[in-house]
Amino acid sequence: MKKILLMGNPNVGKSVIFSRLTGVRVIASNYPGTTVGYTRGTMKLSGEKAEVVDVPGTYSLNPTCKAEEVAVEMCGDGDLVINVVDATNLERNLNLTLQLLKKDVPMVVALNMWDEAKHIGVTIDENKLEHLLGVPVVPTVAVTGEGIKDLVQQLPQARPGRLTYDDEERWHEIGRIVEQVQQVTHRHHTFLERLGDASINPISGIPIALVALGVTFSIIRFLGEGLIGYIFEPIFENMWAPLMMKLSAILGSGGFLHDILIGKLVAGEIDFVESMGLLTTGLFVPLAMVLPYVFAFYLILSFLEDSGYLPRLAILVDNIMHRIGLHGLAIIPMLLGLGCNVPGAMSTRILETRKERFISTTLMAICVPCAAQLAMIVGLVGRAGVRGLIQVFGTLALVWITLGYLLNRLIRGESPEIFVEIPPYRLPYLAGLSKKMWMRVSRFLREAIPFVILGVLIVNVLYTLKVIDFVGKITAPVITGILGLPREAVAALMVGFLRKDVAVGMLSPLGLDFNQLVVASVVLAMYFPCVATFVVMAKELGLRDMVLSMMIMIAATLVVGGVLNWLL
Amino acid sequence: MERVNLTMMKSGDRGTVTEINGGQRVKARLGALGIRPGAKITKKSSQLLRGPVTIGMGNTQAAIGFGMAKKIIVDLEQ
Repeated sequence: MKKILLMGNPNVGKSVIFSRLTGVRVIASNYPGTTVGYTRGTMKLSGEKAEVVDVPGTYSLNPTCKAEEVAVEMCGDGDLVINVVDATNLERNLNLTLQLLKKDVPMVVALNMWDEAKHIGVTIDENKLEHLLGVPVVPTVAVTGEGIKDLVQQLPQARPGRLTYDDEERWHEIGRIVEQVQQVTHRHHTFLERLGDASINPISGIPIALVALGVTFSIIRFLGEGLIGYIFEPIFENMWAPLMMKLSAILGSGGFLHDILIGKLVAGEIDFVESMGLLTTGLFVPLAMVLPYVFAFYLILSFLEDSGYLPRLAILVDNIMHRIGLHGLAIIPMLLGLGCNVPGAMSTRILETRKERFISTTLMAICVPCAAQLAMIVGLVGRAGVRGLIQVFGTLALVWITLGYLLNRLIRGESPEIFVEIPPYRLPYLAGLSKKMWMRVSRFLREAIPFVILGVLIVNVLYTLKVIDFVGKITAPVITGILGLPREAVAALMVGFLRKDVAVGMLSPLGLDFNQLVVASVVLAMYFPCVATFVVMAKELGLRDMVLSMMIMIAATLVVGGVLNWLL
Repeated sequence: MERVNLTMMKSGDRGTVTEINGGQRVKARLGALGIRPGAKITKKSSQLLRGPVTIGMGNTQAAIGFGMAKKIIVDLEQ
């Protein structure tokens, strides 16, 4: 099967073109480094099936970070390269194009963002460019699909370029080409450009960031609480509960099967949080407690990603991040981690050195709870008052900065400075935004529901087999002695390996007092990543660093949990 | 003509890069984005406490850490 590589600078729209060509859904955003691994798909090329690879973006064929390394490694084994070029930045993009031409692979150039180029007064003579490079050049607008048909039609005409130049003279050559094919007409600054300038200027940028943060929190809370209060809880309470009570009666209000499916009745009624049955808690937790917040969070995150705000935020926080051995871009793994730690850990590939990747992955795994866990903490601790939430998240933030400071001192290696391209602000494209939302929410549903149900099942089995009693006895010195929690809390810690949201839910029937709830929430957030995150971390960090990271995690949890128990 | 490094420029100043005062790696990283001798740039902003410097070149904007920005030598346009 022929292999087609999509290559180009970061943030030029390779992933969108990939989706258009193959129909495979991939996450596309407006910041450099959205794609850190490669995705494969297939398309028809001259009647035959061909493989298409969405390669991470790179500015040149000399890689500077892990994601770029992936790109350069891929470059050798393609039968055909589609070089995606940002038409609004022709000169800079041609740098990679010219390097690719030297590889002597059949190539087609897609001049993407053609509409935006026109809009800002850049005209490119694509025929002349085609003539100079010696490979087909096709203008495209990937987000709307314009030009994609032409691109597909031109693929069989792909050929190695005929441009020859000296490596030393590359920029000279680029200058010569740009002069011949590009015309720029002057125009006035747009509102988005002014906003762009304002958000990187510290005097206006910091207030803008605070407002953005405030608005983000309010929207997530409003949407999350609204969806729960007006839609999901009523559905469960008014429609699902009576149905389950009937089933409970049929099953004889008790017995093994009843306990597995419905769970324990609390005062003769189903309690969706505490009953712990597959059909009650197993569905209520992922759908009615977690999903609304996951939806709200991803809506905002997707909007921020597509608008181009994240790299600007990275510049504003760069200073703080330097104190913990990272630079501003490390805010991206932290933000993605707030959704789910798995993509968070993957995105550390945009950082350059081992030290940075180790610190950011470890801090994220310890101090950044995922949306599912957040939702459960807000649901349980928040019920008892805002003070608990402040204590839980305040502690995690404090640990993040303290541990980061220590790791920066202790971990050897380099912490390079930030160097990032800042994309223009773009109004998020509705079709792209909703597609991304759908991908993320459906992925959550596909992964969360089976795992939550499995978690609930395991809880029941472990209780029935008295395993939890046994482990509880062994671990009592730590759980009760250091953390001040009842022995049974060990069950939540065990299930937390599988799913953190179920684990937080399991605290509810334990009758913890307010302070114990705070300690338990913090401990559950910190002590270990869930199994999905664990696997990705092991892959990204390697075995040695993974073990080190785990040890830091456990030590930090014991210290922080112990101190918190002693203080409260 | 006044010759300064990038951190000394004021927001809104324009100039031409004359020299990258660093090793091969820094040159390669900056060069990949087109920041090289001869490039015409505009300084967009700087952050407090020796934070990153933002520049514009054509339609590209980039943020550069303070230490790296110090290595970029620019001839100021009057």
